[in-house]
Amino acid sequence: MVNGSADEVDTFIRTLISYRSMDRTKTIEILQLVQHKYGYISRDIVSSISRHLRKPEIEIMGIATFYEQFRFNKPGDHTIKVCEGTACHVKGGAAIGQVLERELDVGHGETTKDGMFSLERVACLGCCALAPVLVMDENIHGQMDTSRLTKLLGKYKKGEVS
Amino acid sequence: MISINGKEFQYEPGRTILDAARDAGIYIPTLCYHSCLPTQSACRLCLVEVEGARTLCASCSYPVRNGLKIQTDTFRVLRARRMILELILQSHKLNCVLCDKNGTCELQRIAYDMGIEDSRFGSRSRGDIYDDSSFSIVRELDQCVLCGRCVAACSEMMVNGAIGFTGRGSDSRVSTAFFEPLKDSSCVQCGACVAACPVTAIRDKRSERMGRSFEMKKTSVVCPYCGVGCTFELNSRDNKFIRVTMDEPSYVNGIMTCVKGKFGLDFINHPDRLTKPLIKENGTFREASWDEAYGLIAEKFLTIKKEYGSDALAGFSSSKCSNEENFLMQKLVRCVFGTNNVDNCARLCHASTVAGLKRAFGSGAMTNSIDEVEKSDVILVTGSNTTETHPVIGSLIKRAVRYGKTKLIVVDPRKIELVDYSDIWLRQRNGTDVAWLNGMMNVILSEGLADMDYIKERCTGFEEVAEIIKRYTPEYVEKISGIPADDLIEAARLYAKAGRSAIYYSMGITQHTTGTDNVLSIANLAMLTGNVGIEGGGVNPLRGQNNVQGACDMCALPNVLPGYQDLTNPELRGKFERAWGVTLPDKVGMGVVEILNAAARGDVRGLYVFAENPMISDPDTNHVREALGKLEYLVVQDIFLTETAQLADVVLPSTCFAEKDGTITNTERRVQRTNKALDPPGEARADWKILCEVAGACGYDMDYGHPSEIMDEIATLAPIYGGMSYDRLGEQGLQWPCTDKDHPGTKFLHKGKFSHGKGIFHNIEYKPPAEVPDEKYPFVLSTGRMLYHFHTGSMTRRSFTLDATVPEGYVELNPLDADRLGVKEGDYVNVRSRRGEIRTKAQVTDKVDVGSVFIPFHFAEAAANVLTNPVLDPIAKIPELKVCAVAVEKAE
Repeated sequence: MVNGSADEVDTFIRTLISYRSMDRTKTIEILQLVQHKYGYISRDIVSSISRHLRKPEIEIMGIATFYEQFRFNKPGDHTIKVCEGTACHVKGGAAIGQVLERELDVGHGETTKDGMFSLERVACLGCCALAPVLVMDENIHGQMDTSRLTKLLGKYKKGEVS
Repeated sequence: MISINGKEFQYEPGRTILDAARDAGIYIPTLCYHSCLPTQSACRLCLVEVEGARTLCASCSYPVRNGLKIQTDTFRVLRARRMILELILQSHKLNCVLCDKNGTCELQRIAYDMGIEDSRFGSRSRGDIYDDSSFSIVRELDQCVLCGRCVAACSEMMVNGAIGFTGRGSDSRVSTAFFEPLKDSSCVQCGACVAACPVTAIRDKRSERMGRSFEMKKTSVVCPYCGVGCTFELNSRDNKFIRVTMDEPSYVNGIMTCVKGKFGLDFINHPDRLTKPLIKENGTFREASWDEAYGLIAEKFLTIKKEYGSDALAGFSSSKCSNEENFLMQKLVRCVFGTNNVDNCARLCHASTVAGLKRAFGSGAMTNSIDEVEKSDVILVTGSNTTETHPVIGSLIKRAVRYGKTKLIVVDPRKIELVDYSDIWLRQRNGTDVAWLNGMMNVILSEGLADMDYIKERCTGFEEVAEIIKRYTPEYVEKISGIPADDLIEAARLYAKAGRSAIYYSMGITQHTTGTDNVLSIANLAMLTGNVGIEGGGVNPLRGQNNVQGACDMCALPNVLPGYQDLTNPELRGKFERAWGVTLPDKVGMGVVEILNAAARGDVRGLYVFAENPMISDPDTNHVREALGKLEYLVVQDIFLTETAQLADVVLPSTCFAEKDGTITNTERRVQRTNKALDPPGEARADWKILCEVAGACGYDMDYGHPSEIMDEIATLAPIYGGMSYDRLGEQGLQWPCTDKDHPGTKFLHKGKFSHGKGIFHNIEYKPPAEVPDEKYPFVLSTGRMLYHFHTGSMTRRSFTLDATVPEGYVELNPLDADRLGVKEGDYVNVRSRRGEIRTKAQVTDKVDVGSVFIPFHFAEAAANVLTNPVLDPIAKIPELKVCAVAVEKAE
C-alpha cells in the first residue's frame, strides 16, 4: 500500500485511464485497480477519476458504495474481521462485534483514530467449529469471548504483536 | 388496435402502455414517472396485467404493440399495487398535516385513491438525514420514497450531478457525492430536484409553512431574468409571492429552471419597493401624488422641447419590460418627444448582433430554436458562459454532449464549465475573434470542406472573402490569438464535416469595438459550411434580458420603427404617421452611450429612463454619473430606488413582472404571455399605464384598456408580429415571423432562402482591441455575468438566496499572477484602469489565463464598469466591455 498525495494519485489515475484507454464503462475496473494500489478509495481518488472520466463524482460514489468490495477509509495497521455467519451468530458473534465497536470507538468499515485497527464485518469464514470467530490480519482467533478479546487487543496495543 | 379493460383503442407506435392508457383517459397511478424525465421504472405502482405475460408489467416502460390486451384494475393488479404502496409508505414519514405539498402530493393522492391510511409494515423512518444547509433547499430523507426522480433531474436533465443514489438495498439513499451537506456539494440550486420530487423529501426551504399547495393562487408567468423565457407557476397567497412551482411542465423549459427563476424572485416582496412617486427638492426626495409628478414631467419636458428642440430629449426603454410597454415607450419618445433618441440596453449586449446578422442574413435574431440544441451534430459555443448566463440552454448543451451524439467545441479565453464537456477547447486571447474565425474558414476552404453548392446557390460576396482569408493560415492565427494551429485545424474539421453544426454565442463576441465584425465573421463561417436555414444548425445569439429580443422587435432603437422598419423610408414612416396621427422625425437618433455623451456635452437635457440602470450597466461609471448630473431633468421609472434613480428629479414607482399582463419575446423569437399574479404595492402602477398617462399629461392621447389592445396595434403595424393576438398566443406562444392569422410561426429562419434574398459574405479583417495591456496596465480585464446575479443586481441582490450565496463582488485571478502579486484567495485587491479604480476580493482560480482578470459587473460597491472602456463599435455603437487594460495590486 502506498500513501499518495493528491497530485500523485491524479497522475496515477490519469496514466491508468489513458494508457489502457479506459472509458466510463470501465469505472469498476478502475476503482479496483486504484484500491489495489492505495488500499482504499479516498476523496481525492474519486475526484480524480471523475475528472478524467468526465463523470460526476456522485456517479462514481454511487457505483463504489453499491459494492461491498470498496472501502472508503484508510485501513488501519491491523484489520479485524468479525464473522457474522450463522454459526458465529448462534454462538454470540454479534456481541463480539458490539464490544469491538465500543472498545475501539469505530463502526464497521471504519478505522480507529490512531490508525491502528480497522473493523470489518464478514460473512462465514469457513471455520464454524471455532465459532464465534474473528480474524486479526491473517490469524484466526476462535471461540472468542469478551475477556479473550480484551486480552487480544491489549497485546496489539502494547505492541507485543506486530 | 389494443384493448384496455375490454375496450378497443387506437395506439401510436413507439409509445408505452401508460401513454396509451392516459390518452384513452384511463388512470394508472405512477410515482417515479414524470413526462419530463427519463423513465425510471422504479416504483412499480403502474403495474398492469398483460394477457400472455408471465408477470405483471410496468406500464411506464412497456411498449404498446398491436393486439395487446391490457387490464389495469383486476384483483391481481390491485392486490400487488396495494402491497407496493404499503412498502413505499413505510419509508415516508406521514406528515401530511404539516406538509406544504398537502393537496398536490402524488403519494398522498395514490394512497387516498386506494383508501390506504397507513402501512401494515409500520414506519421505517430512521431519523434519517435532515439537511437544511443549502440556502434554498431542504432534504428530509425520512420523506424519501427513492423514486429516483430527483436523481434523474439532477444528473440526466440538468446534468449537474450533485445528488445520486449511494449504497445498496435497504441502505440505499439519495445523497451527495461524499455524504456532505448539500451546500458543500456541487449543487447549483437550480431546483430541478424540488420540481421533480413527488413528495416533499426535497423542498423549497424559504417558503416552508407559508401555505399549502391548495391555498395558493397559481399564475403562469415568464421568468424576469435571462432570455431563455422559462415559464412557471408563481404561487401567491394574500397578495404575497410565496414560491415557484412547476406542476404543469411548460413548453420552453419543461420543469427546468435555474436558481434565479426558482429561488430568486423574493425581491417582489422586498420592503425597498417604491410605492409612491418621488420628487426631488433641494437634493432630497419627498413623496408626491401621481398628478403632481405627471404635471411636473410634462412641464419640464415640453419646456426643454420648446427651448432646445426635440433632440434635446431622449428615452431609455427597458428590455425587462413587456413588448407592449416597449412599444409605448418608443411611441412616447417618437410621438411626444418628437425624436428618435430612444434605445434600450440591447445596445450594451447584442447591438452588434442585430447590426451584423441583419446585414448578412436579413434578420438580426437567433436563427434556430432552443429545442434544436439536441439535434445538432456539433455545437460551437464562443463568448458565452452558457451554464451560468443561460443555465437552461447550458443544461441542454451538456445533455446533448453527455447523453447524445453531439460534439462540443468551446472557444473562450476563460475555462468555463462547458470546457469540461467539450471535445475541443480553444483558448483565444481576448478580442482576437475575427482572427480565429477567419483561420477556421481558411482551413475549411483549403481542405475543400466548404459547401460550395450552398454558397453558389444562396449567397453572394464569397469570392472576395475567400481572397482575404487566404492570409489567415493557422500559423498566422496562432501568432495573433494564441490558439495552437493544430487545435484550430481540428476544430475547423470537426465543425465543417458535421451534418448540422450550430454556433451559439453571446457577449464575448458582441461587446467589442469589433463586435459587428465578429458577428459578420460568424455569419461567414456558418454560410461557408451551409449551416444556416437548417434544423439543428444556425447562428444563435443568446439574448441576455428576458425581453431584450422584444424590446428590439418593438424597435425601442434609434434607427428603426416597430418590426425593424427603416425610419428613413418615407413610405414605411407614412404608415406609422397615419396610425399615430403625428409627423415622425426622420433623422436617426442616438444610442445609449451616445445619449450619455450628448448629455455630458449639454446637447441632451431631458432623459426619461424606463426601468434601466445605466449607472451600473454602462461603461465608465464616472463618466455616466457626470453625464446624468448635467441633465436638466431626469425621470426614472423603476421598482427600486436604483443607483440611477437616486440621481433623478422624479421617480415613478412601477410594477414588477408579476404585477401586470403582457407578452415577452424570448431569445428564440417566441412571444409568450405573462400574467398578472399580484396587485402592485402601494400606489405603484403598471408601466404601460404610466407611459400612457405621461403621454396624456403631455397632451398626446395614448389610451388603452388592456395590454392586449396594444398588441393588436402592434400586429397591424409590425408585419413580423402580424398574426399575433392574445387569444392566439395561448400556452406555447408563437415564434415570429408570424405574418397573418393563419401563420403557425417560424421555428427556424432562412429556410430555403435568406430573409433578404441572398446571404451576404462580408470581408472582415482582424483589428486588435482598442486598449491592450502595457507596462503600466499589464492585465486584460474582461467583465461579465455569473450564475447567481443578474445585470445590475437591483433584483438579485434583494433576493435572499442569491445574495446569501454570493454576497459580494470579486475578481478572478490566475494562481501564478496571484503568487507574483502576493495575493491569496479572499485578499482585497485594488484594480485600476485609466478611468477609475475599485477595491474587491480576489478569487484565485485557473478559470482565467495568466495575465487576464475577470470581474462580474453586478456589484455596485465594486462596479466593474468604473474600469471599462467606453470606446464604441463604429457600426453598432456597442462599447468594448470585454477588453480593457488594468493594473492589479494588493490592497491594504
